[in-house]
Amino acid sequence: MSYERDFTVRPEPYQKQQEGRAHRRGTIDRNFRRLGFLLTLATLGILGILLLNLAMNGLARIDWQFMSSFPSRRAGEAGILSAWVGTLLLMLVTASAAIPFGVAAGIYLEEYASKNRWTDFVEINIANLAGVPSILYGLMALGLFVYQFRFGQSLLAGGLALGCLVLPIVIVATRESLRTIPSSIREAAFALGATKWQAVWHHLLPYSTGGIATGVILAMSRAIGESAPLITIGALTFIAFLPPAPLISHAPFVSGEWLFSPFTALPIQMFNWVSRPGEEFQSNAAAAGLILMVITLSMNAAAILLRRRAQRNITW
Amino acid sequence: MEVSPPPSSRRLDKTVESFMVWVLRAGGWASVLVTFGIVLTLVTESWPFFREVPLIRLFQDTMWTPLFAQPQYGIGALLAGTLVTTGVALLVAIPLGTILAIYLSEFAEPKFRDWVKPMLELLSAVPTVVYGYFALLTLTPILQKIFPDLPQFSMLSAGLIMGVMIVPYVTSLGEDAMRSVPMLLREGAFALGDGKLGVAVRVVFPGAFSGLAAAYVLAISRAVGETMIVAIAAGLQPKMTFNPLESAATVTAFIVQVSLGDLPHGSIGYQSIFAAGAVLFLMTLGFNLAGHVLRKRFHRAT
Amino acid sequence: MSLPPVPQPSAGSETTTSDAPAAIKVQIQGLNFFYGNHQVLRSISMDVPALQVTALIGPSGCGKTTLLRCMNRMHDLYPGNRYEGAIRVQPDGTDIIAPEVDPIQVRMRFGMVFQKPNPFPKSIFDNIAYGPRIHGLAKDSIELDEIVERSLERAGLWNEVKDRLEQPGTSLSGGQQQRLCIARAIAVGPDVILMDEPCSALDPIATAKVEELISELREQYSIVIVTHSMQQAARVSDRTAYFHLGKLIEVGETKQIFTNPIHRLTEDYITGRFG
Ligand SMILES: Nc1ncnc2c1ncn2[C@@H]1O[C@H](COP(=O)(O)OP(=O)(O)O)[C@@H](O)[C@H]1O
Ligand SMILES: [Mg+2]
Repeated sequence: MSYERDFTVRPEPYQKQQEGRAHRRGTIDRNFRRLGFLLTLATLGILGILLLNLAMNGLARIDWQFMSSFPSRRAGEAGILSAWVGTLLLMLVTASAAIPFGVAAGIYLEEYASKNRWTDFVEINIANLAGVPSILYGLMALGLFVYQFRFGQSLLAGGLALGCLVLPIVIVATRESLRTIPSSIREAAFALGATKWQAVWHHLLPYSTGGIATGVILAMSRAIGESAPLITIGALTFIAFLPPAPLISHAPFVSGEWLFSPFTALPIQMFNWVSRPGEEFQSNAAAAGLILMVITLSMNAAAILLRRRAQRNITW
Repeated sequence: MEVSPPPSSRRLDKTVESFMVWVLRAGGWASVLVTFGIVLTLVTESWPFFREVPLIRLFQDTMWTPLFAQPQYGIGALLAGTLVTTGVALLVAIPLGTILAIYLSEFAEPKFRDWVKPMLELLSAVPTVVYGYFALLTLTPILQKIFPDLPQFSMLSAGLIMGVMIVPYVTSLGEDAMRSVPMLLREGAFALGDGKLGVAVRVVFPGAFSGLAAAYVLAISRAVGETMIVAIAAGLQPKMTFNPLESAATVTAFIVQVSLGDLPHGSIGYQSIFAAGAVLFLMTLGFNLAGHVLRKRFHRAT
Repeated sequence: MSLPPVPQPSAGSETTTSDAPAAIKVQIQGLNFFYGNHQVLRSISMDVPALQVTALIGPSGCGKTTLLRCMNRMHDLYPGNRYEGAIRVQPDGTDIIAPEVDPIQVRMRFGMVFQKPNPFPKSIFDNIAYGPRIHGLAKDSIELDEIVERSLERAGLWNEVKDRLEQPGTSLSGGQQQRLCIARAIAVGPDVILMDEPCSALDPIATAKVEELISELREQYSIVIVTHSMQQAARVSDRTAYFHLGKLIEVGETKQIFTNPIHRLTEDYITGRFG
């Protein structure tokens, strides 16, 4: 190549320097990509280790006896019957409190409320509420539900505490879900003479059920794993009985008595076992932990899949 | 869904309409009432405590032993525990979370990212009592091989695990923020011959900074309020120390520790956990509001 | 910029006398409209004849959509909007923008078709049946079936969809979706159909079908159509109104507007000097 006054070719040393730099940048990028990938795997690996660890220590403990026995002083005879029944009933209370109020609040804020200082305040309030430590919900429940309202250390008090805790999750999911519905759909309904409520009930709610359901599942999975608020209201006691059945044999066939029963729940039972010395209790803890993990992780997986499907199915 | 047939006289529609507005508005009120309930309970139930204990003692005393015969009210002892565990957690979560955010936003294939992000989020869905179990029974024995003097309960172990728990907050929010930095800015820097990492660090990171800051702040709020991990693995005894290799109670762990015992309504123990709760509320309120403002600012900017 | 006075079309009350070819359906009288403090329509007065197609044309942003949406009180959905003046609908002469008039009653008389087809993500049948259901227009399911069939027939869609009424409305092609939306509006039994650039999202073939449909619908409905295509206005409309910066510049027979416009602005626009 001739070395005449060709200005498109930079002087030799400069070009070399540039190439060297580009090469170095390429190496840096490649290395960072590798680092990022490895760290991603490592971080996800923690989840695997967690599951594996619980399975190794606890899987052998999970059997019919474990599921159908009350807690006991002897680790080998102890089980989680009152714990899982308690968790189930707690979730019943939590869901019945959080879903109607959360969905209603989401609809109100997204579709009805006009933009003013009050709604700004409510917005900030919800953002803050989502970040309030769970144990403070426990303190509120202790002062308000347990003592002020005299619910006692009951399923009702615990369920309501968890309901308040997950309320922001349901509200935010509802709002986000409604926000994905284009305004042209609202206008179509209004142009046909629908009232606001008809537009909400016949269109907006049905079209956002996927998103709302996702939020509800996430909310419930969060509530299932919570122990701090329940400990605060004093639920960490030795419970070797089941609450009264919600269904009874005589009219009116349902009974609310169980709401006021003391209870224990899976995470609390696990906490109890973790804090006891002795390997046997620890494998009980691992078994309870494994069950908790499987429940929460599968609920989260379900939520992810549901969200994907909802996104894929609706094209506006 | 079946649309209910007539008789939908306009009068009926209007009644339903105004009734439903009230129902929905009640839902909106619920969230405000919850906040109100929390604040009200914290204030009224801790009121006797703060009346009894001069504020100055909270800072003068060096120990937190409100239940002793000769009580000490140095809340610093609890705050130290919270500070150290949160600090350790952030040392894990901020670098790791940020690297993952940069990697996922700027380097990873979109398909890969779409799968990995929700899976990372699972880390913050793990019940915290399970994390506590893991920290106490698995991580601590490992750490004891490195630090032979490490006690059974240590802030280091709890903090490290808490860090893992809050990584998804940093990564997820951070990645959202970085990805919403306009492509145009990146192209400008690429055109100048910058590498991908260079663009990420010099253009995307600053462009997304308030979004990332919001992620950090919300992660801090999480760590400050986290209860079960520290209650199980960091110990329940308040202690004025900044050494992560020791055991000490956090504000939250103290509340758990007192709740585990018999707790008659109105006793000094009862009042003291509400006092601790009020302090906790104020701290997290600050972080939550800061996070909210930063996030709003970021959304307005992009 | 100041505009010369607007040449007024024959006032409504006068045209009702004998020789006018069409009866008046809607009289717009001194209409002003404000988005908050921003006035978008300035003293608009014009008549919409019954059983004819009236085209609203004008450069983008001149207020065509805004005017159309006044006629079914769509603006009531958003806070801060304000009407002044009157829009009277014949034969009863009700002022439909009067605050005491129920917007829902208005919307039942004025059907609307939007710029982009917006079927509900429900079945084709439910899309059409929705309006009749909420207004209780059908006594039983047989009657409802009839309304649905008749509406689809009028919209020229029946033969294409009669075997797939249970499929989602969103599964149809764009042109079919827009005709579905027309059928959906018809099903409520309006007198007037308002269309806001109904073909702007459609390909030429689908556009031709919709235009053909508009010509047929004229036999039963009074139609007001906003269009940015002057060819379309010329093809489908009987009368044309030209707007500029929120003012009505000129309204008259479509043929006259396009061949012999009175106003300079109109002429500039239709000869493509701006817009
Ligand atoms: N929701 C609104 N709020 C405020 N101004 C609006 C709104 N919609 C339209 N405008 C303004 O009103 C004017 C007329 O708009 P539009 O009726 O949509 O015009 P056209 O349909 O003729 O293009 C424009 O200047 C537009 O910016
Ligand atoms: Mg328009």
